[in-house]
Amino acid sequence: MIEVKKLVKRFGLKTVLKGLDFSAQAGEFVALLGPNGAGKTTFLRILSSLSRPTLGSVRVAGYSLPDESAKVRARLGVVSHQPLLYPDLTAEENLQFYARMYGVVNRAARVAEILDMVGLEKRRRDLVGAFSRGMQQRLAIGRAVLHDPEAILFDEPYTGLDQDASEMLDGVLRSVAAQGRAVVMTSHDLVRAESLATRFDVLTRGAIVASALRDDFQNSNLMDFYKKALAA
Amino acid sequence: MQSKPIALTVLDVLSVIGIGAATYFALVFAPTEAVMGNVQRVFYFHVGTAWVGMVGFVLAAVAGVVFLITKDLKWDRLEFAAVEVSAMFFFITIALGSIWARPAWNTWWTWDPRLTTAAVTELVYIAYFMLRAGIEDPEKRARFGAVYALLGGLSAPVTFMVIRLFRTIHPVVIGNQSAAAQGGFDMESGMLIAMFVAIGAFTILFVDLIWHRVRLAKLEATVEEIKLKNSI
Amino acid sequence: MKTSAPSLFSAALAIARKDLAAEFRSRELISAMLVFAMLVILIFNFALELDVGVRQSVTAGVLWTTFAFAGTLGLNRSMAVEKDRGCMDGLLLAPVDRSAIFFGKALSNLAFMLLVEAIVLPLYALLYNETRVFKLEFLGVLALGSIGYIAVGTLLSAMSAQTRTRDVLLPILLFPVAVPVLLASVKASGGIIAGLPFEEILVPLNLLIVYDVIFVAVSFMIFDFIVEE
Repeated sequence: MIEVKKLVKRFGLKTVLKGLDFSAQAGEFVALLGPNGAGKTTFLRILSSLSRPTLGSVRVAGYSLPDESAKVRARLGVVSHQPLLYPDLTAEENLQFYARMYGVVNRAARVAEILDMVGLEKRRRDLVGAFSRGMQQRLAIGRAVLHDPEAILFDEPYTGLDQDASEMLDGVLRSVAAQGRAVVMTSHDLVRAESLATRFDVLTRGAIVASALRDDFQNSNLMDFYKKALAA
Repeated sequence: MQSKPIALTVLDVLSVIGIGAATYFALVFAPTEAVMGNVQRVFYFHVGTAWVGMVGFVLAAVAGVVFLITKDLKWDRLEFAAVEVSAMFFFITIALGSIWARPAWNTWWTWDPRLTTAAVTELVYIAYFMLRAGIEDPEKRARFGAVYALLGGLSAPVTFMVIRLFRTIHPVVIGNQSAAAQGGFDMESGMLIAMFVAIGAFTILFVDLIWHRVRLAKLEATVEEIKLKNSI
Repeated sequence: MKTSAPSLFSAALAIARKDLAAEFRSRELISAMLVFAMLVILIFNFALELDVGVRQSVTAGVLWTTFAFAGTLGLNRSMAVEKDRGCMDGLLLAPVDRSAIFFGKALSNLAFMLLVEAIVLPLYALLYNETRVFKLEFLGVLALGSIGYIAVGTLLSAMSAQTRTRDVLLPILLFPVAVPVLLASVKASGGIIAGLPFEEILVPLNLLIVYDVIFVAVSFMIFDFIVEE
């Protein structure tokens, strides 16, 4: 689903990604772990066609970036640490707008379905500006799956959420991931990542340095794996 | 670091000789203009600097377009050099023009189309520098600079044509004759020769300065790179 | 679930529609532009002592200066809405050509500008008993001038929004390259108020059209370079 080979990204003279290799299959939920400044956000921005790769090949859902970026974008959902919603529009209007931008065919029905899925059916006529951070984030996820994408990217979705909101988001994330999509999520929160992901990749100094499946953690735990990967 | 090319040294020498010759032709060789006297002699350098100022402006716009297509930063360095050098020459043009206008038109400044266009162009240059100063990423700085240089290059001729329309509305300070008529004089062959010598000399100087500026920019980039490597 | 990537036109319309809906609710942008426009006219009134004789020749200049200033206010705000909460990324993530974003933002910016003009013009006419501003030719020039100004302004606001100096930078970038459109508009609309024969208005009008065509096309084509990374 996502196929990245020898990806290099430079900003001016600074090389952020140094020959990164990565892949994610349909049905996989990959947690991308790593310290701040390791290049996680840059990597997700490249996958989502917001940033151009300097070198290397990137293929998402069978299309290559940056040449077929519109086709990639049509098959990709993105949740960033900002909700990408307009505060002066209602929840429903926000989704309506994005549904138009993605060319969703049966708009009204799809928007209602999504609002129901993220548990905001009752608040659909309220302005997003009045929403709590948790509600905004749930709506942001709804926005990202409006067009039923084949792959979804989450960039630190738990940033700024309290305990209740995080638990609610867990549920939404699981249901989104359970539909045979490829999911990539960056996170600082190892506990949360461990409970959701099926695979763990550690990105540091511009490359993936370690990778492990959930099944590998019979005896050791994720924390040890992460620390070892960073120390190596 | 690559050593200074011989051609550049030759160009340095030629520039000095050229400006020396142009000075001689302007101040000694050319006959004294009958009506205005010696002050008319600034005219030769005025035309010379105006010429390269205009060439630089067009060069910047063209280099900008080439950069946008090729994404090669060497075109950005050429564009920036062209803007910087021609901004300086345009400033000299305006200053010399003022010196000439004082006795010819009895005013330091008049809203003549050429003068005004030169002034607006200077403002475009200043805006260009301010734009670049506000962006840290060199690649983005180059992209935005190229776009703005292109817009500036496209608007300048239209500006000139539009301001020409205002001539009839804005009063010319000196009586009922048009501004051009007041400054006009018949060129004798000696004057023509002096003018072409000045144009030639400034063209050589222009190429020389741009070359130096591009080399300097390249060095700057190298220094940045070394700094960055050492900091990692 | 069925989707089909929307056409450039329908995506642009969706963006413009979204902007208008949000503005209809908050009225932040329009009210700021309007209040500012009225203040500028008030200041001009005293600074230029707009009595009957002066008014004749400066009406076009006063109006265009007012609209240009109010316009930058609107352009800045409209792009800040996209930039502040990262919504620009949301637009860029949609499976449409990036030109659609330019087109959509330009459409809503133009709508805001025309709306402000539609309110300021009758007020000006009322205050100064100047009904010639309602001449069809005058309104036509107003529309043409606004189109060119907004096209370049939308492009440059997308640029200035990504710099450190942000809002401060927009007028500095915009005014030098918008000189032709502003001056040609002043010249043409001033001639219309003065009742000059059409042939005399034709020259600035042609330049205005030339500017519009060049800058709408170029802005449209190079917008992609402003938003890519």
